[in-house]
Amino acid sequence: MSDKNVSIRLRSPLGRARGMGSAKQGSHHWWMQRVSSMALLPLMLWFVISVASLAGHSYADTILWIGHPFNATLLLLTIAIGFQHTASGLQVVLEDYVADEMSRTAYILVVKAACALFGVLAALAVLKIAV
Amino acid sequence: MATFTLPKNSTIGTGKTYKAEPGAKNVKSFKIYRFDPDTGENPRYDTYEIDLDKCGPMVLDALIKIKNEVDTTLTFRRSCREGICGSCSMNIDGMNTLACLKPIEDVKKDVRITPLPHMPVVKDLVPDLTHIYAQLRSIEPWLKSDTPPPPDEERRQSKEERAKLDGLWECILCFCCSTACPSYWWNGDRYLGPAVLLQAYRWIADSRDEYTGERLDNLEDPFRLYRCHTIMNCAATCPKGLNPAQAIGEIKKLMIERQG
Repeated sequence: MSDKNVSIRLRSPLGRARGMGSAKQGSHHWWMQRVSSMALLPLMLWFVISVASLAGHSYADTILWIGHPFNATLLLLTIAIGFQHTASGLQVVLEDYVADEMSRTAYILVVKAACALFGVLAALAVLKIAV
Repeated sequence: MATFTLPKNSTIGTGKTYKAEPGAKNVKSFKIYRFDPDTGENPRYDTYEIDLDKCGPMVLDALIKIKNEVDTTLTFRRSCREGICGSCSMNIDGMNTLACLKPIEDVKKDVRITPLPHMPVVKDLVPDLTHIYAQLRSIEPWLKSDTPPPPDEERRQSKEERAKLDGLWECILCFCCSTACPSYWWNGDRYLGPAVLLQAYRWIADSRDEYTGERLDNLEDPFRLYRCHTIMNCAATCPKGLNPAQAIGEIKKLMIERQG
């Protein structure tokens, strides 16, 4: 058990170092961060160039562009992978800097909820135009 | 949140100045962190003016000269004075290093010396290393093998197998790297830090060891291993020129490799 809230700690140094043992997970999260960043490299490049080239075009043209199956598919992928990457990246930041377990868990849940909310919202906006 | 501001009792005040002997020509000032837990006072910087013409070339030489001739209360760890025991690790001129390997002439202005960062201070330049030693013990840094060694013979390794340990066996456990790592500062209670992870990899990479899987299992943890964000302070500060971040990267690669 964590002994952060105990005022007098007589537990042995080795007992404290071993703590609750290994969580037996972590590599999947780390690997998915690398995979999503690799996927986002071409996707973000495509997204930025496409949006920049849409500058000056009319609203109708833009709707037409989003509605194209190829563009809609890549947009959905960018949204899904982008928000998943954001959520897992922010989770790492929170794990780094928020020491208290309760607030750390709370912050991570809030971040994940926000990313899910905005991700689904963005995906639905694309689908509404495309479908 | 991580504490970025220091508590009041950590504010470092200005202490005494010990002037150089009259007539000294080649004088250098050493500003040294002093803390005595028995007095209850805040830590302070004492300034010692040393005549470099009567002092050895390394920072450790100056520390020993101060303790012998100027102020016997100055407390620091030292042993071999040649960069192999790892005792005299401290922060000199803003960089963790070994006092015995750091030439005084490399420091252009006053030589500012503090203990290894972000560790509890026992006294002056002596940090409390209890937890980091326990973390080292927790990764079981010794050969673990079920196969008995061949009778009257050592366990054999090919030249290539032995070469995998180069850049790992040289570590002297001075903990300059771990105490230079921001991830270790914020999460040192659970994150093992570069020095201990390099030791863990030293045994994972050893062809004679038969507990590679268990060793990896033990590290498979968001805090023990994955607090490393390749900040690279460890490699930049290592007085032996080693690269703990690379060893940690190899552990991460093995974690993925064994999954598929």
